[in-house]
Amino acid sequence: MSEALAQPANVPVRDDAPRPLGSVVTERPLVRWLLIAVALTFLGLFLVLPLVTVFAQALAKGWQAYLAAFSEPDAQSAIRLTLLVAAIAVPFNLVFGVAASWAIAKFEFRGKNLLVTLIDLPFSVSPVVSGLIYVLVFGSRGLFGPFLLEHDIQIIFALPGIVLATIFVTFPFVARQLIPLMQEQGTAEEEAALTLGASGWHAFRTVTLPNIRWGLLYSVLLCNARAMGEFGAVSVVSGHIRGLTNTLPLHVEILYNEYNFVAAFAVASLLAGLALVTLAIKSVLEWRYADDIAAGARRH
Amino acid sequence: MLHDFTLDVRAGELLALLGPSGSGKTTLLRIIAGLDFPDRGRIIFGGDDATRVPVQKRSVGFVFQHYALFKHMTVAQNIAYGLKARKRSERPDKAEIKRRVGNLLDLIKLSGFADRYPSQLSGGQRQRIALARALAVEPRVLLLDEPFGALDAQVRKDLRRWLREIHDRTGQTTIFVTHDQDEALELSDRVAVLDRGRLEQVGTPDEVQEHPVSPTVLKFLGDTIEVEAIAQDGKVLVNGRPTPLTAPEGLVGPVKLYARPWQLQFAEADAAHLTGTVRSSYRTQGRQRIEVDRPGAKTVVVEASDTARLAGGREVGLRIVDGYVFP
Repeated sequence: MSEALAQPANVPVRDDAPRPLGSVVTERPLVRWLLIAVALTFLGLFLVLPLVTVFAQALAKGWQAYLAAFSEPDAQSAIRLTLLVAAIAVPFNLVFGVAASWAIAKFEFRGKNLLVTLIDLPFSVSPVVSGLIYVLVFGSRGLFGPFLLEHDIQIIFALPGIVLATIFVTFPFVARQLIPLMQEQGTAEEEAALTLGASGWHAFRTVTLPNIRWGLLYSVLLCNARAMGEFGAVSVVSGHIRGLTNTLPLHVEILYNEYNFVAAFAVASLLAGLALVTLAIKSVLEWRYADDIAAGARRH
Repeated sequence: MLHDFTLDVRAGELLALLGPSGSGKTTLLRIIAGLDFPDRGRIIFGGDDATRVPVQKRSVGFVFQHYALFKHMTVAQNIAYGLKARKRSERPDKAEIKRRVGNLLDLIKLSGFADRYPSQLSGGQRQRIALARALAVEPRVLLLDEPFGALDAQVRKDLRRWLREIHDRTGQTTIFVTHDQDEALELSDRVAVLDRGRLEQVGTPDEVQEHPVSPTVLKFLGDTIEVEAIAQDGKVLVNGRPTPLTAPEGLVGPVKLYARPWQLQFAEADAAHLTGTVRSSYRTQGRQRIEVDRPGAKTVVVEASDTARLAGGREVGLRIVDGYVFP
């Protein structure tokens, strides 16, 4: 600022003259405006508009038709199934995700890199393939097919298959989030707890877990959103039996294919609502606990 | 990596493990604590073999370089952690825990800080909390891993003096690791010098300074100059001129002579052991230090209290008045 003040008044300030402090990386107003406009247009076209469309279509024939879509027994069973699958898959991935990241972040062992790669696998495999794997293993012509048939155990085209496929697809969420976080936190606090006489479990409960609680909540949130919204893998193993093995996303597809647009969008609006709530909580967590969620975030 | 040695730590003493980085001092401390395990050898606590005792049962207090305080707990909860982690039958009741935490907070002079969180404290304060937390479990031995390494110079000095006071008051057997000679010599009852996994020497600060057993110890304890010399008839000659030093028994022929900056004096050319030209001189902590370049040899630093600033480029002669002789 002082430089600007020191400038004689009669010297015209050129456009490319040094700007006040802190503006070196700032673009000119026109460029700035243009960039913002491009970004907003893109966001509007590809994110906001579809979201609005979902709700607009769902309510196209009024509230009555909207609510009717949920009172249908097939819709209710789809909601129940989706909640049930998430209720099994998410806690499962929570426990295994924490265990895996704890082992990977705090201990040295052979095959560690292989384990990390395996945990990442579901992210790089197409969900359809993830579903097919289970059909090939547990299907009637699969590896264990004859055995399962003999003992009257049904996995494919039933709840266990859907749960397995969901677990597979959502497995990386918790571990991926926690491994870098726990690695960054190191083992000194745990060692301190051990020297003070704490057992391994006590140290884990009183030191490790509190240190990762917000990161854990964050990853569980994302894991849950994906578990409820998963389509591809579940579609392969579900068999699309109405009222039995249809989850919400599958139910939306069936309704849509039957040209029942209002009902399809009404059910879809439920998933969209879930996404919005997830997004809101996620933003609050990121805003409030940025330090504790991800590794490498700002530190005080 | 540690080689074979025996180190006897006396009850109630303050022992420094001194060595350059990579000398194995932290490894040794972690093995004593039970955080690492030796391939062979034993750790004995007051007659009991502790080698196979798990870290929780060793009864050690460990203070980490970067404090390792529990971030999500208050100062009081941090200090009480070890007491609360005990089995129900051995755990003091709530009032007793509170009383002990209070006493420890008094001891570390942070009485008003019980309900603060570690992130609200300075580095020096955090390290004091870490020490109180370690003392709370009344350990048999207190282990400190570079306890002042992460602090700035002034705080480090204050904490050193303060740690000595605490030790004098509690009589707690204490081993601390440092790579700072001044810290080790100022603070400890005895110093154990480690180098590349070997225990070079153990002794009081005076002993290791006056009678270093090897050039390694000597060099590590401070600035040293190294000169080629000849041992002959019990005398040590440099450049053909005798020095006041006597050669160790049975040492004849080429030897190495080591001297501290204050064991050299300026001298006339006909009495000098070494000659060179003054490169620069500077004053540090009330003493004049002069760097002298020698042709074909390492620059030496001379410490002299009686000289005025010597101009650069001046030819000078140096006499060795004291030093150490090694093969």
